[in-house]
Amino acid sequence: MSEGKLVNLRQMPPGRSGKVVEIQGGAGLFNRLSALGVRPGKKITKVSSMLMRGPVTIQSGNTRLAIGFGMANRIIVELDEA
Amino acid sequence: MTCHSVKNERIRQKSGVKRILLMGNPNVGKSVFFSRLTGVRVIASNYPGTTVSYMRGFMKLGEEEAEVIDVPGTYTLEPTSEAEEIALKMLNTGDIVINVVDATNLERNLNLTLQLLETGTPMIVALNMWDDVGHRGIHIDLKRLEELLSVPVIPTVAITGQGIKELVEHIPYATSPELAPSEHDERWLAIGNIIDQVQQVTHRHHTWLERLEDTSVKPLTGGFIALAVLVGAFLVVRFIGEGLIGYVLDPIFENLWTPVILGLSSLLGGTGFLHSILIGSIAGGEVNYVEAFGLLTTGLYVPFAMVLPYIASFYLILGLLEDIGYLPRLAILMDTIMHRLGLHGYAIIPTLLGLGCNVPAVLATRILESRRERFIAATLISIAVPCAALQAMIFGLVGERGGQYVAMVYGTLFIVWIILGLILNRFVKGFSPELLIEIPPYRLPLWQTVLQKLWMRVRWFLREAIPIILAAVLVINILYTLGVFNAIANFTAPVVTGLLGLPKEAVVALVIGFLRKDVAVGMLAPLALTSEQLVIGCVVLAMFFPCIATFVVLLRELGVAGLLKAAGIMIAVALLVGGLLNLIL
Ligand SMILES: Nc1nc2c(ncn2[C@@H]2O[C@H](COP(=O)(O)OP(=O)(O)OP(=O)(O)O)[C@@H](O)[C@H]2O)c(=O)[nH]1
Ligand SMILES: [Mg+2]
Repeated sequence: MSEGKLVNLRQMPPGRSGKVVEIQGGAGLFNRLSALGVRPGKKITKVSSMLMRGPVTIQSGNTRLAIGFGMANRIIVELDEA
Repeated sequence: MTCHSVKNERIRQKSGVKRILLMGNPNVGKSVFFSRLTGVRVIASNYPGTTVSYMRGFMKLGEEEAEVIDVPGTYTLEPTSEAEEIALKMLNTGDIVINVVDATNLERNLNLTLQLLETGTPMIVALNMWDDVGHRGIHIDLKRLEELLSVPVIPTVAITGQGIKELVEHIPYATSPELAPSEHDERWLAIGNIIDQVQQVTHRHHTWLERLEDTSVKPLTGGFIALAVLVGAFLVVRFIGEGLIGYVLDPIFENLWTPVILGLSSLLGGTGFLHSILIGSIAGGEVNYVEAFGLLTTGLYVPFAMVLPYIASFYLILGLLEDIGYLPRLAILMDTIMHRLGLHGYAIIPTLLGLGCNVPAVLATRILESRRERFIAATLISIAVPCAALQAMIFGLVGERGGQYVAMVYGTLFIVWIILGLILNRFVKGFSPELLIEIPPYRLPLWQTVLQKLWMRVRWFLREAIPIILAAVLVINILYTLGVFNAIANFTAPVVTGLLGLPKEAVVALVIGFLRKDVAVGMLAPLALTSEQLVIGCVVLAMFFPCIATFVVLLRELGVAGLLKAAGIMIAVALLVGGLLNLIL
C-alpha cells in the first residue's frame, strides 16, 4: 500500500477520511484528545469546518468532535485514497 | 437547579452509610440514573457538561440506606475543567462506583473505566443507551466484556428504566479486580484488545437524523438552521407566553379574582394600613393589577399572570433544544464570534441558560476551562443577559408602547454584550483555551422527559421566586409608609434625574431590583414615564446590579475579589449606557 498524503486537519477536505499520524505540541493537547478518542492510528472523517478560523468537526467511530482552529492545525492526518 | 458547591464545603458522610458514586463520561445518562435511583429530580440534557456540581440523594439498598452522588462527567481522571476536578475529588470519598458507560461509544468510555478500575474502588458497570446500540449496527458480547473487566456489567436504558432493577440488585457484587496502574499507551492497547474481542460493528445507512447532524454544522446550511431555530424559538416562546396570558391568566384574574379583591377592599373599608398592604391603591371599582402594589393584587399578578407564562414557555422550548441536542451545534457556529469576546463557542450554553435565570447560568460557566473565561462569561451574563422574569415584564410593559421600544431594549443589551465582551477580552488577564467538545447525536426526546424537566423548572420558580416577590412587595409598602424611599430618592436625584433623565422616584425600582427585577420593572409602571424613559429604566435595571440570588452565586463562583470587580463593571456600564441613551433618545 502506498503512503497517503499528509495534511493537517484544517487542510483536510470535508468528507474525506484519513488516519491520525501525529499530534504536535505538548502533552496537554495529546492527552485531552486521546481521552476523547483521537490519537495516532485512529481513523477519522472530517465532517465540516467553519469559516473564519472556526472549529473543525470530525467523526471517529460514533463520536463526533468539534476541535478549535489552532488545535486542528496541530493534528496531522494521512489521507485515504479518494 | 441550584445545587451545592463542593468548593469551600467539606462533604460530610453519615457514618456507616455507604456512598455510591455515579461516574462516567459526560452525557452518558448519569443524571437520569440519579433521578431514578433516588427520586431526587435533577436536570438531564443532551449535551456534555449538564451537571457541573455534585448532587446527592439516598436510596434503599436491601435493608440499608445508601447515599448516591451524581458526579459531573469526566473523560479521564486527569481533570481539565473545574467540573472534572470536582469529579476527581468525589472519587476519593466513595465506597462504590457505578460506572455509567455509553454503549454506543464503548472504546472511548472504556478509557475512564480502566482508570477507575486502577484506583481500586469497588465498581459495577451500567452499559447505558442499550436501546441505541441496535440501530447503530453495534453488537456487544456482554458476557465476554464482563469476563474481561472482572466486574458486573448490566445493560440499561436509563430513560425508560430498563435494567435499573438488575443494576440495583448487582450493587452488592461490586468488586475491584486490582488492576495495576498503567501508562496511556498500555491502557489504549488493553482497550483495543477488549474492543476486538467484544464489539462488532456492521455497516448501515445513515438515518435522516444523522444527515441533519451533518447539515447543521456546515457553515452555510448550519447558519440558516441556527437562524431559523433562534427566530423560531423566540416566536414560539412569545406565542405561547402571550396565549397563556391573554386566554388563560388574564381572564382568570379579571373574572374570578377581581370580585374577591373588590369585596375584600370594601370589607377593609377602602383605606388604611392593612388595605394598602394587602390590596394597595385601587380606584373606581377597577383593579389595576400592575400598579396597585398590594400583596394580593400586584404580588400575585406579577408572578402568576405576567412572569409564569413566559417561564413556562421559555423552559419548554429550551428543554426541547437541550434534549434534541442542538445546543453544542450552536456552540460550533458561534465559536468565532465568541472568541472575540474572550470566550469560546461553548459559552453560548450558559448564556442561553441565562435567558431563563442567571443563577443556573453562572453555575454553568463551570463548563468553561479557565478562570478568565468564567469571569468574562459570568460578568457578561449578569450585565447583558436578561432573565425570563425580567423579559416577561419588558414584554408586558414596554410591549404596550410598541414593538420598536422592546427592540430598543434588546438591541441595547445585545450591543453592550458585544462591546463589553470585546473590552473584557482586551483587558482581563489569563488565557482562554480553544473549543474542544464532543457533539452528541440528535435524539428525539420523550414527551414525558421534556414535561418532567419543564415541571421541575416551573416548580423551582414557584418555590424560589414567589416568596421573594411577595417579600419585595411587602418591603416596598412598609418603606413607603415609613417615608424611607423619599429620603433615598432625594439623595440620588442628581444621578437618576440628571444623568438618566428619569423621575427621582425611579431609584426605588433600582433598589428593589436587588430583590427581584420583575417587581422592579413593575414599579416603573405607576411613574407615568415616556416610552423613552421606560426603555432607559428597563435597560439600566437589567444591567445595574444582579438580583440577590445571582449575587450569591456570583460570590460563590468568582470569590469576593471577582464579585467586586464584576459589580464595579456593572454599575459603571449601567450608568454610562443609561446616560448615553438619555442623550440619544
Ligand atoms: N436513548 C437513550 N437516551 C438516554 C439514555 N439515558 C440517558 N439518555 C439521554 O441522554 C442525555 C444525557 O443524559 P444525562 O443524564 O444528562 O447525562 P449525564 O451523564 O448526567 O451528563 P453530564 O451531566 O453532562 O455529565 C439526556 O438527553 C437523556 O435523556 C438511554 O438509556 N437511552
Ligand atoms: Mg448529569
